[in-house]
Amino acid sequence: MTRIELESVVRRLLGAIAPEADLSALKPEVPFRDQLDMDSMDLLNFFVAIEKELGVSVPEADYAKVSTLGGCVDYLAAALG
Amino acid sequence: MPLLGADMTAGRLVLWHKQPGDTVARGDILAEVDTDKGAIDIEVFTSGVLEKILVQAGEKVPVGTPLAIIREPGETAAVAGPPSPAMPAPAPPSTPVPGRHRASPAARKAAVALGVDLSAVQGTGPEGTIALADVERAAERGKAALPTAPTPSGPRERMRQAIAAAVARSKREIPHFYLSTTIDLARATNWLAELNAPRPVADRLLAGVLFIKAVALALRDVPELNARWDGDRAVPSQAIHVGVAIFLREGGLMAPALHDADRQPLEQLMRAFQDLVNRTRSGALRSSELSDPTITVTSLGERGVEAVYGVIYPPQVAIVGFGKIVERPCAVDGQVVSHPVVTVTLSADHRVTDGHRASAFLNKIDALLQTPERL
Repeated sequence: MTRIELESVVRRLLGAIAPEADLSALKPEVPFRDQLDMDSMDLLNFFVAIEKELGVSVPEADYAKVSTLGGCVDYLAAALG
Repeated sequence: MPLLGADMTAGRLVLWHKQPGDTVARGDILAEVDTDKGAIDIEVFTSGVLEKILVQAGEKVPVGTPLAIIREPGETAAVAGPPSPAMPAPAPPSTPVPGRHRASPAARKAAVALGVDLSAVQGTGPEGTIALADVERAAERGKAALPTAPTPSGPRERMRQAIAAAVARSKREIPHFYLSTTIDLARATNWLAELNAPRPVADRLLAGVLFIKAVALALRDVPELNARWDGDRAVPSQAIHVGVAIFLREGGLMAPALHDADRQPLEQLMRAFQDLVNRTRSGALRSSELSDPTITVTSLGERGVEAVYGVIYPPQVAIVGFGKIVERPCAVDGQVVSHPVVTVTLSADHRVTDGHRASAFLNKIDALLQTPERL
Protein backbone atom coordinates (compact mmCIF):
# COMPACT_ATOMS: atom_id res chain seq x y z
CA MET A 1 0.00 0.00 0.00
CA THR A 2 1.44 3.37 -0.99
CA ARG A 3 1.68 6.35 1.34
CA ILE A 4 -1.08 8.06 -0.61
CA GLU A 5 -3.31 5.02 -0.17
CA LEU A 6 -2.48 4.83 3.52
CA GLU A 7 -3.28 8.51 3.97
CA SER A 8 -6.58 7.97 2.23
CA VAL A 9 -7.42 5.09 4.60
CA VAL A 10 -6.47 7.16 7.64
CA ARG A 11 -8.63 10.06 6.52
CA ARG A 12 -11.56 7.74 5.92
CA LEU A 13 -11.24 6.16 9.35
CA LEU A 14 -10.98 9.57 10.98
CA GLY A 15 -14.05 10.67 9.05
CA ALA A 16 -16.08 7.91 10.63
CA ILE A 17 -15.10 9.15 14.09
CA ALA A 18 -15.32 12.88 13.44
CA PRO A 19 -17.92 13.13 10.67
CA GLU A 20 -18.24 16.87 11.05
CA ALA A 21 -14.55 17.49 10.40
CA ASP A 22 -13.18 18.93 7.19
CA LEU A 23 -10.54 16.29 6.62
CA SER A 24 -9.24 17.95 3.49
CA ALA A 25 -7.87 20.67 5.76
CA LEU A 26 -6.09 18.25 8.06
CA LYS A 27 -2.55 19.44 8.77
CA PRO A 28 -0.06 16.56 8.73
CA GLU A 29 2.01 17.80 11.66
CA VAL A 30 -0.73 18.83 14.11
CA PRO A 31 -2.11 16.20 16.55
CA PHE A 32 -5.52 14.77 15.71
CA ARG A 33 -6.58 15.58 19.25
CA ASP A 34 -6.11 19.30 18.61
CA GLN A 35 -7.42 19.45 15.05
CA LEU A 36 -10.39 17.15 15.37
CA ASP A 37 -11.34 17.65 19.02
CA MET A 38 -10.73 13.97 19.67
CA ASP A 39 -10.57 12.51 23.14
CA SER A 40 -9.06 9.24 24.36
CA MET A 41 -12.21 7.29 23.46
CA ASP A 42 -12.10 8.66 19.91
CA LEU A 43 -8.44 7.75 19.63
CA LEU A 44 -9.12 4.28 20.96
CA ASN A 45 -11.87 3.85 18.36
CA PHE A 46 -9.44 5.07 15.72
CA PHE A 47 -6.76 2.57 16.75
CA VAL A 48 -9.35 -0.20 16.82
CA ALA A 49 -10.34 0.74 13.27
CA ILE A 50 -6.71 0.72 12.14
CA GLU A 51 -6.22 -2.72 13.62
CA LYS A 52 -9.36 -4.00 11.95
CA GLU A 53 -8.68 -2.41 8.56
CA LEU A 54 -4.92 -2.78 8.25
CA GLY A 55 -4.07 -5.44 10.79
CA VAL A 56 -1.67 -3.13 12.60
CA SER A 57 -1.95 -3.20 16.38
CA VAL A 58 -0.48 0.02 17.75
CA PRO A 59 1.02 -0.50 21.24
CA GLU A 60 0.12 2.11 23.84
CA ALA A 61 3.76 3.11 24.01
CA ASP A 62 3.57 4.16 20.35
CA TYR A 63 0.40 6.21 20.57
CA ALA A 64 2.40 9.45 20.45
CA LYS A 65 3.98 8.38 17.16
CA VAL A 66 0.62 8.03 15.45
CA SER A 67 -0.98 11.15 16.89
CA THR A 68 -0.63 13.15 13.67
CA LEU A 69 -1.50 12.40 10.06
CA GLY A 70 2.14 12.46 9.00
CA GLY A 71 3.30 10.37 11.93
CA CYS A 72 0.49 7.91 11.49
CA VAL A 73 1.23 7.35 7.80
CA ASP A 74 4.95 6.97 8.55
CA TYR A 75 4.22 4.46 11.29
CA LEU A 76 1.80 2.41 9.25
CA ALA A 77 4.07 2.42 6.21
CA ALA A 78 6.90 1.04 8.36
CA ALA A 79 4.64 -1.51 10.05
CA LEU A 80 3.31 -2.79 6.75
CA GLY A 81 6.78 -2.98 5.26
CA MET B 1 -43.50 11.31 29.06
CA PRO B 2 -40.45 10.62 31.18
CA LEU B 3 -38.33 13.31 32.80
CA LEU B 4 -35.09 13.21 30.82
CA GLY B 5 -33.37 16.27 32.21
CA ALA B 6 -33.49 18.53 35.23
CA ASP B 7 -35.47 21.24 33.50
CA MET B 8 -37.33 19.25 30.89
CA THR B 9 -40.99 20.20 30.97
CA ALA B 10 -42.30 18.57 27.80
CA GLY B 11 -41.27 16.28 24.98
CA ARG B 12 -42.43 15.52 21.48
CA LEU B 13 -43.30 11.94 20.65
CA VAL B 14 -41.73 11.43 17.24
CA LEU B 15 -42.03 7.73 16.51
CA TRP B 16 -43.64 4.58 17.87
CA HIS B 17 -41.60 1.40 17.48
CA LYS B 18 -44.44 -0.81 18.71
CA GLN B 19 -48.05 -0.97 17.69
CA PRO B 20 -51.17 -1.82 19.67
CA GLY B 21 -51.34 -5.57 20.13
CA ASP B 22 -47.56 -6.02 20.12
CA THR B 23 -45.95 -7.95 22.95
CA VAL B 24 -43.34 -5.87 24.77
CA ALA B 25 -40.65 -6.94 27.22
CA ARG B 26 -38.90 -4.90 29.85
CA GLY B 27 -36.08 -2.97 28.16
CA ASP B 28 -37.63 -2.91 24.70
CA ILE B 29 -37.56 0.38 22.85
CA LEU B 30 -41.13 1.55 22.71
CA ALA B 31 -40.88 4.95 21.12
CA GLU B 32 -38.64 7.91 20.42
CA VAL B 33 -38.98 11.31 21.98
CA ASP B 34 -37.40 14.56 20.86
CA THR B 35 -36.02 16.65 23.69
CA ASP B 36 -33.75 19.66 24.00
CA LYS B 37 -30.90 17.13 24.08
CA GLY B 38 -31.91 15.30 20.95
CA ALA B 39 -33.91 12.20 20.08
CA ILE B 40 -34.07 9.68 22.93
CA ASP B 41 -35.25 6.08 22.82
CA ILE B 42 -38.00 5.42 25.36
CA GLU B 43 -37.77 2.05 27.04
CA VAL B 44 -40.57 0.05 28.55
CA PHE B 45 -40.21 -0.91 32.21
CA THR B 46 -42.72 -3.70 32.33
CA SER B 47 -43.57 -6.67 30.16
CA GLY B 48 -46.96 -7.24 28.59
CA VAL B 49 -49.00 -6.21 25.61
CA LEU B 50 -49.18 -2.68 24.24
CA GLU B 51 -52.87 -2.10 24.58
CA LYS B 52 -53.33 1.49 23.56
CA ILE B 53 -51.29 4.42 22.35
CA LEU B 54 -52.33 7.64 24.07
CA VAL B 55 -50.00 10.13 22.42
CA GLN B 56 -49.61 10.19 18.69
CA ALA B 57 -46.41 10.76 16.72
CA GLY B 58 -45.85 14.48 16.36
CA GLU B 59 -47.62 15.44 19.59
CA LYS B 60 -45.78 17.42 22.25
CA VAL B 61 -46.95 16.67 25.78
CA PRO B 62 -45.89 17.67 29.31
CA VAL B 63 -43.60 15.48 31.40
CA GLY B 64 -45.68 12.92 33.28
CA THR B 65 -48.27 12.47 30.54
CA PRO B 66 -49.05 8.77 30.00
CA LEU B 67 -47.88 7.75 26.55
CA ALA B 68 -49.53 4.36 26.28
CA ILE B 69 -51.29 1.60 28.19
CA ILE B 70 -49.48 -1.71 28.62
CA ARG B 71 -51.45 -4.67 29.88
CA GLU B 72 -49.34 -6.93 32.05
CA PRO B 73 -49.80 -10.72 31.92
CA GLY B 74 -52.92 -11.69 33.87
CA GLU B 75 -54.43 -8.21 33.72
CA THR B 76 -57.84 -7.77 32.19
CA ALA B 77 -57.80 -5.77 29.01
CA ALA B 78 -58.99 -2.22 29.59
CA VAL B 79 -60.26 -2.10 26.05
CA ALA B 80 -61.78 -5.27 24.66
CA GLY B 81 -61.12 -6.37 21.13
CA PRO B 82 -58.81 -4.83 18.61
CA PRO B 83 -57.46 -1.31 18.98
CA SER B 84 -59.95 1.44 18.42
CA PRO B 85 -60.31 2.24 14.73
CA ALA B 86 -60.34 5.90 15.72
CA MET B 87 -56.74 5.58 16.77
CA PRO B 88 -54.38 6.50 13.95
CA ALA B 89 -51.81 3.91 13.04
CA PRO B 90 -48.28 4.68 14.14
CA ALA B 91 -46.18 6.29 11.47
CA PRO B 92 -43.99 3.87 9.54
CA PRO B 93 -40.28 4.42 10.08
CA SER B 94 -39.71 5.86 6.64
CA THR B 95 -42.37 8.52 7.11
CA PRO B 96 -40.87 11.85 8.09
CA VAL B 97 -42.28 12.98 11.41
CA PRO B 98 -41.57 16.19 13.27
CA GLY B 99 -38.43 16.04 15.34
CA ARG B 100 -37.07 12.80 13.87
CA HIS B 101 -34.58 12.99 11.08
CA ARG B 102 -32.28 10.56 9.39
CA ALA B 103 -29.44 12.71 8.12
CA SER B 104 -25.92 12.32 6.81
CA PRO B 105 -23.08 13.55 9.04
CA ALA B 106 -22.34 16.37 6.63
CA ALA B 107 -26.00 17.39 6.72
CA ARG B 108 -26.02 17.39 10.51
CA LYS B 109 -22.92 19.53 10.64
CA ALA B 110 -24.33 21.96 8.11
CA ALA B 111 -27.64 22.10 9.99
CA VAL B 112 -25.84 23.19 13.14
CA ALA B 113 -23.73 25.73 11.30
CA LEU B 114 -26.64 27.18 9.36
CA GLY B 115 -29.20 27.01 12.15
CA VAL B 116 -31.48 24.68 10.21
CA ASP B 117 -33.97 22.56 12.12
CA LEU B 118 -33.61 19.09 10.58
CA SER B 119 -37.12 18.17 11.59
CA ALA B 120 -38.36 20.70 9.06
CA VAL B 121 -36.23 19.39 6.19
CA GLN B 122 -37.51 16.92 3.62
CA GLY B 123 -34.75 14.44 2.82
CA THR B 124 -34.12 13.44 -0.79
CA GLY B 125 -31.57 10.71 -0.08
CA PRO B 126 -32.15 6.96 0.32
CA GLU B 127 -35.20 6.25 2.50
CA GLY B 128 -35.68 9.96 2.99
CA THR B 129 -32.22 10.58 4.40
CA ILE B 130 -31.46 14.27 4.63
CA ALA B 131 -28.44 15.13 2.53
CA LEU B 132 -26.17 18.15 2.68
CA ALA B 133 -27.89 19.68 -0.35
CA ASP B 134 -31.28 19.40 1.41
CA VAL B 135 -29.96 21.39 4.35
CA GLU B 136 -28.40 24.02 2.13
CA ARG B 137 -31.66 24.43 0.22
CA ALA B 138 -33.55 24.73 3.50
CA ALA B 139 -31.10 27.35 4.68
CA GLU B 140 -31.62 29.34 1.50
CA ARG B 141 -35.38 29.14 1.89
CA GLY B 142 -35.01 30.25 5.48
CA LYS B 143 -32.98 33.26 4.44
CA ALA B 144 -35.62 34.25 1.94
CA ALA B 145 -38.41 33.94 4.46
CA LEU B 146 -36.55 35.30 7.47
CA PRO B 147 -33.75 37.71 6.68
CA THR B 148 -32.70 37.62 10.32
CA ALA B 149 -32.07 33.86 10.31
CA PRO B 150 -30.55 31.66 11.76
CA THR B 151 -33.36 30.65 14.03
CA PRO B 152 -32.73 30.98 17.77
CA SER B 153 -34.18 27.53 18.39
CA GLY B 154 -31.74 25.42 16.42
CA PRO B 155 -30.36 22.26 18.00
CA ARG B 156 -27.24 23.94 19.39
CA GLU B 157 -29.23 26.76 20.94
CA ARG B 158 -31.78 24.36 22.41
CA MET B 159 -29.01 22.27 23.94
CA ARG B 160 -27.34 25.37 25.38
CA GLN B 161 -30.65 26.61 26.75
CA ALA B 162 -31.28 23.25 28.45
CA ILE B 163 -27.83 23.31 30.03
CA ALA B 164 -28.28 26.94 31.05
CA ALA B 165 -31.56 26.13 32.78
CA ALA B 166 -30.10 23.15 34.62
CA VAL B 167 -26.95 24.87 35.88
CA ALA B 168 -28.82 28.06 36.81
CA ARG B 169 -31.26 26.00 38.84
CA SER B 170 -28.39 24.11 40.41
CA LYS B 171 -26.52 27.22 41.49
CA ARG B 172 -29.76 28.85 42.65
CA GLU B 173 -31.00 25.95 44.74
CA ILE B 174 -28.01 23.84 45.76
CA PRO B 175 -25.53 25.10 48.36
CA HIS B 176 -22.39 23.71 46.79
CA PHE B 177 -19.18 23.10 48.67
CA TYR B 178 -15.94 21.99 47.13
CA LEU B 179 -13.03 19.77 48.09
CA SER B 180 -10.02 18.52 46.17
CA THR B 181 -7.20 16.09 46.66
CA THR B 182 -4.20 14.98 44.63
CA ILE B 183 -3.89 11.25 44.09
CA ASP B 184 -0.68 9.40 43.24
CA LEU B 185 -1.41 7.29 40.17
CA ALA B 186 1.91 5.47 39.83
CA ARG B 187 0.45 2.13 40.80
CA ALA B 188 -2.68 2.55 38.74
CA THR B 189 -0.92 3.68 35.57
CA ASN B 190 1.76 0.98 35.84
CA TRP B 191 -0.86 -1.68 36.41
CA LEU B 192 -2.88 -0.40 33.48
CA ALA B 193 0.13 -0.33 31.16
CA GLU B 194 1.01 -3.92 32.05
CA LEU B 195 -2.57 -5.02 31.61
CA ASN B 196 -2.95 -3.33 28.22
CA ALA B 197 0.44 -4.23 26.74
CA PRO B 198 -0.40 -7.74 25.49
CA ARG B 199 -4.00 -6.93 24.60
CA PRO B 200 -5.41 -6.12 21.19
CA VAL B 201 -6.46 -2.49 20.97
CA ALA B 202 -10.14 -3.29 21.28
CA ASP B 203 -9.62 -4.97 24.66
CA ARG B 204 -7.59 -2.22 26.30
CA LEU B 205 -8.84 -0.16 29.20
CA LEU B 206 -8.68 3.61 29.57
CA ALA B 207 -7.66 5.28 32.82
CA GLY B 208 -11.07 6.91 32.87
CA VAL B 209 -12.78 3.61 33.52
CA LEU B 210 -10.63 3.08 36.63
CA PHE B 211 -11.77 6.48 37.86
CA ILE B 212 -15.43 5.67 37.26
CA LYS B 213 -15.17 2.33 39.04
CA ALA B 214 -13.32 3.90 41.99
CA VAL B 215 -16.02 6.55 42.37
CA ALA B 216 -18.74 3.92 42.21
CA LEU B 217 -17.11 1.72 44.85
CA ALA B 218 -16.34 4.69 47.13
CA LEU B 219 -20.03 5.56 47.13
CA ARG B 220 -20.71 2.32 48.99
CA ASP B 221 -18.80 3.81 51.92
CA VAL B 222 -20.40 7.26 51.64
CA PRO B 223 -23.87 6.47 50.32
CA GLU B 224 -25.30 9.89 51.16
CA LEU B 225 -23.54 11.22 48.07
CA ASN B 226 -25.39 8.68 45.93
CA ALA B 227 -28.80 10.25 46.29
CA ARG B 228 -31.42 12.54 44.84
CA TRP B 229 -32.78 15.68 46.44
CA ASP B 230 -36.54 15.36 46.65
CA GLY B 231 -38.17 18.60 47.78
CA ASP B 232 -36.85 18.86 51.30
CA ARG B 233 -34.75 15.77 51.83
CA ALA B 234 -32.21 13.50 50.20
CA VAL B 235 -33.38 10.11 49.07
CA PRO B 236 -30.47 7.64 48.88
CA SER B 237 -30.33 5.41 45.84
CA GLN B 238 -29.87 1.69 46.29
CA ALA B 239 -28.22 1.37 42.90
CA ILE B 240 -25.11 3.26 41.82
CA HIS B 241 -25.61 4.68 38.34
CA VAL B 242 -22.67 6.91 37.44
CA GLY B 243 -23.44 9.67 34.95
CA VAL B 244 -20.45 10.45 32.77
CA ALA B 245 -20.12 13.88 31.19
CA ILE B 246 -19.60 13.48 27.44
CA PHE B 247 -19.01 16.46 25.16
CA LEU B 248 -20.88 16.55 21.88
CA ARG B 249 -19.26 17.54 18.65
CA GLU B 250 -22.15 19.81 17.74
CA GLY B 251 -21.68 21.66 21.04
CA GLY B 252 -22.95 21.04 24.54
CA LEU B 253 -22.68 17.92 26.64
CA MET B 254 -24.71 15.12 28.11
CA ALA B 255 -24.16 12.97 31.18
CA PRO B 256 -25.91 9.63 30.67
CA ALA B 257 -25.69 6.81 33.17
CA LEU B 258 -23.45 3.79 33.34
CA HIS B 259 -25.86 1.57 35.19
CA ASP B 260 -24.67 -0.37 38.25
CA ALA B 261 -21.13 0.84 37.71
CA ASP B 262 -20.01 -0.55 41.07
CA ARG B 263 -21.00 -4.09 40.14
CA GLN B 264 -19.44 -4.35 36.70
CA PRO B 265 -15.99 -5.87 36.20
CA LEU B 266 -13.58 -3.38 34.64
CA GLU B 267 -13.65 -4.98 31.20
CA GLN B 268 -17.42 -4.96 31.12
CA LEU B 269 -17.54 -1.40 32.41
CA MET B 270 -15.07 -0.34 29.72
CA ARG B 271 -17.23 -1.82 26.97
CA ALA B 272 -20.30 -0.18 28.45
CA PHE B 273 -18.46 3.15 28.69
CA GLN B 274 -17.30 2.91 25.09
CA ASP B 275 -20.77 2.01 23.92
CA LEU B 276 -22.30 4.85 25.91
CA VAL B 277 -19.90 7.45 24.49
CA ASN B 278 -20.46 6.25 20.93
CA ARG B 279 -24.24 6.20 21.31
CA THR B 280 -24.30 9.60 22.98
CA ARG B 281 -22.43 11.12 20.08
CA SER B 282 -24.54 9.36 17.48
CA GLY B 283 -27.83 10.29 19.15
CA ALA B 284 -28.93 6.82 20.27
CA LEU B 285 -29.44 7.13 24.02
CA ARG B 286 -32.11 5.38 26.02
CA SER B 287 -34.44 7.21 28.36
CA SER B 288 -33.17 5.40 31.46
CA GLU B 289 -29.64 6.51 30.71
CA LEU B 290 -30.73 10.12 31.02
CA SER B 291 -33.10 9.73 33.93
CA ASP B 292 -31.11 7.35 36.15
CA PRO B 293 -27.73 8.90 37.06
CA THR B 294 -27.25 9.11 40.81
CA ILE B 295 -23.94 11.02 40.65
CA THR B 296 -21.89 12.51 37.82
CA VAL B 297 -18.23 12.14 36.92
CA THR B 298 -16.64 14.75 34.69
CA SER B 299 -13.12 15.13 33.34
CA LEU B 300 -11.34 17.92 31.55
CA GLY B 301 -7.95 16.32 31.90
CA GLU B 302 -7.70 15.66 28.20
CA ARG B 303 -8.20 19.37 27.61
CA GLY B 304 -5.15 20.07 29.73
CA VAL B 305 -7.07 21.19 32.82
CA GLU B 306 -5.60 20.12 36.14
CA ALA B 307 -8.75 20.51 38.25
CA VAL B 308 -12.43 20.82 37.40
CA TYR B 309 -15.02 21.94 39.96
CA GLY B 310 -18.33 20.85 38.50
CA VAL B 311 -21.86 22.13 38.91
CA ILE B 312 -24.14 19.53 40.49
CA TYR B 313 -26.80 18.27 38.11
CA PRO B 314 -30.11 18.33 39.99
CA PRO B 315 -31.62 16.32 41.53
CA GLN B 316 -28.25 14.68 42.14
CA VAL B 317 -26.25 15.83 45.15
CA ALA B 318 -22.65 15.49 43.99
CA ILE B 319 -20.31 15.63 41.03
CA VAL B 320 -16.74 14.35 40.92
CA GLY B 321 -14.11 15.93 38.68
CA PHE B 322 -10.87 14.46 37.36
CA GLY B 323 -8.12 16.63 35.95
CA LYS B 324 -5.12 15.95 33.76
CA ILE B 325 -2.70 13.21 34.75
CA VAL B 326 0.60 15.03 35.22
CA GLU B 327 4.06 14.13 36.46
CA ARG B 328 4.88 15.73 39.80
CA PRO B 329 7.70 15.33 42.31
CA CYS B 330 6.63 13.06 45.14
CA ALA B 331 8.43 12.06 48.35
CA VAL B 332 8.64 8.28 48.55
CA ASP B 333 10.67 6.60 51.33
CA GLY B 334 12.68 9.76 51.82
CA GLN B 335 13.42 10.15 48.13
CA VAL B 336 11.99 12.70 45.75
CA VAL B 337 10.73 10.89 42.67
CA SER B 338 8.51 11.80 39.74
CA HIS B 339 5.07 10.20 39.79
CA PRO B 340 1.93 10.63 37.73
CA VAL B 341 -0.77 12.32 39.80
CA VAL B 342 -4.31 13.49 39.24
CA THR B 343 -6.34 16.15 41.04
CA VAL B 344 -9.75 14.85 42.02
CA THR B 345 -12.44 17.29 43.07
CA LEU B 346 -15.82 16.94 44.66
CA SER B 347 -18.69 19.39 44.44
CA ALA B 348 -21.32 18.35 46.95
CA ASP B 349 -24.67 19.54 48.27
CA HIS B 350 -24.18 20.91 51.79
CA ARG B 351 -27.80 20.15 52.67
CA VAL B 352 -26.96 16.47 52.31
CA THR B 353 -23.50 16.06 53.72
CA ASP B 354 -20.52 17.89 55.12
CA GLY B 355 -16.80 18.22 54.59
CA HIS B 356 -15.96 15.42 56.99
CA ARG B 357 -17.89 12.79 55.06
CA ALA B 358 -16.94 14.28 51.72
CA SER B 359 -13.26 13.98 52.71
CA ALA B 360 -13.82 10.33 53.53
CA PHE B 361 -15.24 9.86 50.06
CA LEU B 362 -12.20 11.38 48.34
CA ASN B 363 -9.86 9.41 50.58
CA LYS B 364 -11.67 6.22 49.64
CA ILE B 365 -11.23 6.98 45.93
CA ASP B 366 -7.52 7.46 46.62
CA ALA B 367 -7.29 4.17 48.49
CA LEU B 368 -9.10 2.28 45.75
CA LEU B 369 -6.78 3.64 43.06
CA GLN B 370 -3.77 2.38 45.03
CA THR B 371 -4.98 -1.19 44.50
CA PRO B 372 -6.23 -1.08 40.91
CA GLU B 373 -6.18 -4.85 40.57
CA ARG B 374 -9.03 -4.99 43.08
CA LEU B 375 -11.28 -2.58 41.24
